[in-house]
Amino acid sequence: MIDILMPRLSDTMEEGVIVAWRKKPGEAVEIGDVLVEIETDKATMEHEAYEAGTLHEILLPEGETVRIGTVIARIDDGREPLAGTPPRDGTSQGKPPAPATSEPPIPESGSAPATDPAPTEGGAATSPPARRPLATPLVRRLARDNAIDLNEIIGSGPGGRIIRADLDRALARSPGATGHSVPAASGGATTPNGGVPTGATSVPFDTTRQVISRRLTESSSSVPHFSVTAVADVEELLALRARINAELDDAGQGKVSLNDLIVRASAVALREHPGVNASYSEEGRGATLLHEHVNIGIAVASDHGLVVPVIADADRMAVSRIAAESRRLVGLAKDRKLSGADMTGGTFTISNLGMYQVESFTAIINPPEGAILAVGAALPEPAAVEGAVAVRHRIRCTLSADHRIIDGALAARFLSTLTSLLEHPLRIIA
Amino acid sequence: MSIMTYRQALRDTLRTEMRRDPDVLLLGEEIGVFEGSYKITAGLLAEFGEKRVRDTPIAEEGFTGAAIGAAMLGLRPVVEIMTINFSLLALDQIVNHAAKIYGMFGGQARVPLVIRTPGGGGQQLGATHSQNIELYYAFVPGMKVVAPSNPADAKSLLLAAIRDDDPVLFLENLALYNAKGEVPDDDTPGEIGRAAVTRPGRDITVVAYSRMAAVALTVAERMAQTDGIDIEVVDLRSLRPLDRETVVDSVRRTHCAVVLEDDWLTYGIGAEIAATISDGAFDWLDAPVRRVAMAEVPLPYAKTLETAALPSADDVTTAIRQTLASVGRRAGKDIP
Repeated sequence: MIDILMPRLSDTMEEGVIVAWRKKPGEAVEIGDVLVEIETDKATMEHEAYEAGTLHEILLPEGETVRIGTVIARIDDGREPLAGTPPRDGTSQGKPPAPATSEPPIPESGSAPATDPAPTEGGAATSPPARRPLATPLVRRLARDNAIDLNEIIGSGPGGRIIRADLDRALARSPGATGHSVPAASGGATTPNGGVPTGATSVPFDTTRQVISRRLTESSSSVPHFSVTAVADVEELLALRARINAELDDAGQGKVSLNDLIVRASAVALREHPGVNASYSEEGRGATLLHEHVNIGIAVASDHGLVVPVIADADRMAVSRIAAESRRLVGLAKDRKLSGADMTGGTFTISNLGMYQVESFTAIINPPEGAILAVGAALPEPAAVEGAVAVRHRIRCTLSADHRIIDGALAARFLSTLTSLLEHPLRIIA
Repeated sequence: MSIMTYRQALRDTLRTEMRRDPDVLLLGEEIGVFEGSYKITAGLLAEFGEKRVRDTPIAEEGFTGAAIGAAMLGLRPVVEIMTINFSLLALDQIVNHAAKIYGMFGGQARVPLVIRTPGGGGQQLGATHSQNIELYYAFVPGMKVVAPSNPADAKSLLLAAIRDDDPVLFLENLALYNAKGEVPDDDTPGEIGRAAVTRPGRDITVVAYSRMAAVALTVAERMAQTDGIDIEVVDLRSLRPLDRETVVDSVRRTHCAVVLEDDWLTYGIGAEIAATISDGAFDWLDAPVRRVAMAEVPLPYAKTLETAALPSADDVTTAIRQTLASVGRRAGKDIP
């Protein structure tokens, strides 16, 4: 038995009107046959069958206005409902309709009889929480990655399956993810519906932007951040890099960037301070998860948005290999070819805005990691060297840390190790 | 680059390879004096003589076996089996000998054999002369099976097949012989086992080979106009080895796929592709993989029934629309 649900036929549709049933109960239905005409907020559209069978019953008559996701008819495909398929409670705004078929409806096991008291708003809330909503594998993965509860989303795919389009709409609606919410105080600039203010252009989020928006809102609002900054004199580091690159150049190999050396130094420092290479866990009374591997994410600003590919086991890689891996990942990011695997498993992130001559900045932690390092440019500046003022290249490193698992002293010790490595760079490559 | 038919590309490539390598010889029914049932070997007897262009008796098992022996001893025979239907008579030679000799006898002899043979229905040749049974060979380890869909691939894959040291079943298609296309002038062999994205697209992946890969391209171009959708076409080109990576990579980007095949649905090549997608792109799928294949009947002779049984451009269009509808894309209407 297949439930036919009120489909979502436009982006803004919340409910639809059943204009005309084009099949009668008992009639054979082929894939692609028009079942019903539905009026949306925009137009009247034909809704076709995704599956073949016999129209078993029409649950809602013509003229009825119903929310999307409501069961409006059933097709008998000769099969029992799948185990685990959640029954869909009707959320019709009208009274429970009389079945349009001459036969009494056959209640499916587990489904609420039509005579039940009117369900509460958003029928999913009345279902037992253990039920597994129908969703495509892509949706399940995205929901997992973005900590989205699928029970809160109404599916508009075949049989009420949650498809990516439903998830995108839910993400776009969720608080913190809207790009242009304007405070009420701004008055006349907004349209009555709180839409796009006059004189502004709305650029809808793509998936990458949605993910950034959701994750960083979550991190910024739920993780207690604090930040610590330290300065490192990188004269020796720059000299070492020049020497390494001269050698690599002779060998015909790709060059090593300052960032590659910082990745390596951070990895070594993280190995020394495992408490920073950690994540917060809600388990029990709360716990610190110490990661066995040091996997460093590098924030890459590609044309397609901010992405964070991960260099796995960076503490066990030579700088030249980190450089090669970093080049590969940045290349993939530019071509939008990073796989999920390239971007998962990070235990710490480095964001480097040095190329823009930024002196220092603070970054938002990339959850579920425990800390993120924001690296500024290596700029020449006056510095006290052995009691005299000299012009030295120095960089500022700012660590943002999750205070639930990392205290100020630990963050400071980590930064101290890191700056010491950067100032004595042979230890980075030793 | 020259424009030519699939047939011409095959003929020219056979000629070039026979000129390049004196070990290349042709065997088959009616390929010499009659110049081939589909005229692929036209002019070759006149140029290369009876020793290298050998008309054989109507005895597929015999001449395929003879070619296997010749290949073991160092020649590079290219056998023409008039249509793939008749290869059934040589099934034992191909499956039990050509495919197994190298592995079973410790690598003492290789079998650099090419079996050229067209498949395909739609010519009113009846059920026994209209089959697509390349699957039988793609099933067998030790064989390579290539299935070009256009003149350029016909050339590059025939070059690769002749120069390959393993037995290669080279699948042609009756409906493709007159297909025209650009063919590179240089003789660089293609890579057996490498699929091609013949049309990049964002919305859905269509996987196909041989005739259906050509159909897929036509449908993709048409639906870009009629439905405003952007279809990615993956032409497998090789059925064994199978380039799973290109298929998976494409579906990971488009999140849905339709697989086309000219053979029967059940246990077909489409099933293998669907399993490949399930293995490699499960977490990227937003809709079940849909397959389009021939009706599960021996192909009828009557033209109307034959047309109805074979997968058509309309069938492909419907399957693509249904799959896209199930991920919330409705043709030309609700597309952001």
